[in-house]
Amino acid sequence: MALIETTNLHKIYRMGDVEVRALRGVSIAIEAGDYLAIMGPSGSGKSTLMNLLGCLDTPTSGTYRLGGEDVSSLGADRLAAVRSQQIGFVFQQFNLLPRATALQNVELPLVYTGAKNRHELALRSLERAGLGDRAHHRPTELSGGEQQRVAMARALVNNPSIVLADEPTGNLDSHTGEEILNVFDELNAEGITMIMVTHDLQVADHCKRTIQLVDGEIISDKQNHEVRGTGEI
Amino acid sequence: MNLIEAMRTAYMSLLANKSRSVLTMLGVIIGVSAVLVVVAIGQGLKADVLDRIRSMGTNLVTISPGGGRRHGPPTGQTQPGKLTEEDLEALQQDLTNIAALAPTVQRGVTAKYRNLTHTTQAVGTNSQWPLAMAFEIAKGRFFSASEQRARARVAVIGQDVVDELFYGRPLVGEYIRINNTPFEVIGILEEKGGGWGNPDNQIVIPLSTARQRLVGDADLNAILVSAEGEDVVPIVKENIERTLFRTHRVAEATRDFDIRDQTEMLSMVSETTGQMTLFLGGIAAVSLLVGGVGIMNIMLVSVTERTREIGIRKAVGARRRDIMAQFLIESVMLSALGGIIGIAFGFAGSQALGQSLGWQTVVPLWAVVLSFFFSAAVGVFFGWYPARKAALLDPIQCLRYE
Repeated sequence: MALIETTNLHKIYRMGDVEVRALRGVSIAIEAGDYLAIMGPSGSGKSTLMNLLGCLDTPTSGTYRLGGEDVSSLGADRLAAVRSQQIGFVFQQFNLLPRATALQNVELPLVYTGAKNRHELALRSLERAGLGDRAHHRPTELSGGEQQRVAMARALVNNPSIVLADEPTGNLDSHTGEEILNVFDELNAEGITMIMVTHDLQVADHCKRTIQLVDGEIISDKQNHEVRGTGEI
Repeated sequence: MNLIEAMRTAYMSLLANKSRSVLTMLGVIIGVSAVLVVVAIGQGLKADVLDRIRSMGTNLVTISPGGGRRHGPPTGQTQPGKLTEEDLEALQQDLTNIAALAPTVQRGVTAKYRNLTHTTQAVGTNSQWPLAMAFEIAKGRFFSASEQRARARVAVIGQDVVDELFYGRPLVGEYIRINNTPFEVIGILEEKGGGWGNPDNQIVIPLSTARQRLVGDADLNAILVSAEGEDVVPIVKENIERTLFRTHRVAEATRDFDIRDQTEMLSMVSETTGQMTLFLGGIAAVSLLVGGVGIMNIMLVSVTERTREIGIRKAVGARRRDIMAQFLIESVMLSALGGIIGIAFGFAGSQALGQSLGWQTVVPLWAVVLSFFFSAAVGVFFGWYPARKAALLDPIQCLRYE
């Protein structure tokens, strides 16, 4: 059984009187250890899919099984627990707490799991990201690439089975972006399931598998070498 | 998230906005210190009056004109009545088991010695007054029954009068003028220590002399009866009642006099000052509520400002109750800290006020504990809505918030 299995996911947002059908029947299976890029034009529903896979939101209809457990109808607090234990997030905007130090930011997920040796775990995660000497710097004192590394250390501190990244290199120059992606490659090689949303083919190149979303539906699902060189969407 | 962790987080976030936090606390600080100062003055006044009443001994029964309620503070619904010297004579004949029986008339007077003037209270009474009021004579003597009968122009004066007219020297044997009548000072009353109805600021003279020189045939202000012992106080009260019902030709329903023993006096004063303190304290407590509204306002602003932070925390696994606790603890910390600072200011304020006005002030422990918990409760009450608002925010919306 696949780590992630969605069946006929629909998501409808209501904006006043207008219904926005963001997802229209997405069925996808993602094996543990996969490295997946979700691509598509803006408004195609890739962020919505990402939010659903990340248990930040629940589908209007359809089922989502994560590790065999149906999480599509869990309440807010149960979803929070799933995020806390199984999922790490990396965002385009980094989303670090500006007043907290790098170390405190990495500690944040542990605060909500009640881990005992938080400090050491966070420091170890930060050291793995190569920022052991930056532990007591605040985000504003770090470069963009360093901030994204802190965010990755935070995403990994709870040993999640899945890391979700939303345009992780979108705010970085190509060189720094490449460095970050190399870390992603390593993490995937260690067995972590990586899923990222991007519109950049070069970024998607790092992945083993790419799906294309248009108007809330998957129009293609290919292994990496097949996608390569098909040009900009 | 454990409590200590949550408190640390809240503390950090309050520290990040120092001046805003202090200004927000100000409402609670002012409220709590106002409550404490009012209570301290009220309690001080009460302790003062109670001390005074206790110092008069437990055997004293006071008869005053005008009937009314048997217990509690006097009300406006009293029967007009008067006490006369006939009542006094009747009581003298009827009463047994008594140690002293003294009438009093009072009048504000001006006392002069050489070129010094002092405004004070003159009390006309008989020779048994010191016994009834439990007053010792510090120097000299009190006037005798024969001096009382002979309308002798003699006076026994309190310590404040000595201070004002004699510069504190105990000049027994000197003459002072009371409303321009010369009186020989034959004794000085022991000092009771000022305060409410200051017993050190009075001049005691024979009733007959007072009638002739100061008050004419005015009614008595009170008749003081001292029972032989505490155990016979109820019997004495009963006998007084029987006699006065007869001489005044009244019954229970139309009684035109009031009899109180010291226990009743104590409970009356406690009740009156207690109610007053409660009333004024209640008014002061309203400002605490206003402080609470200030906290709610700031917490709402804070929730909006930190929408993105809430989103991040939720994304990494914070449950609703974690967010709720975070903001609730923050508002309680604001209000409780305000409460503690307010308590400190309240203490200092009542001390300063007490010293500058010469009042005794007492800050009771219950008032401190109560104002602390009340201010903490204000934090919970006014922090609830903003915290709940934060807890229910949608993580996706929060992460998109700019």
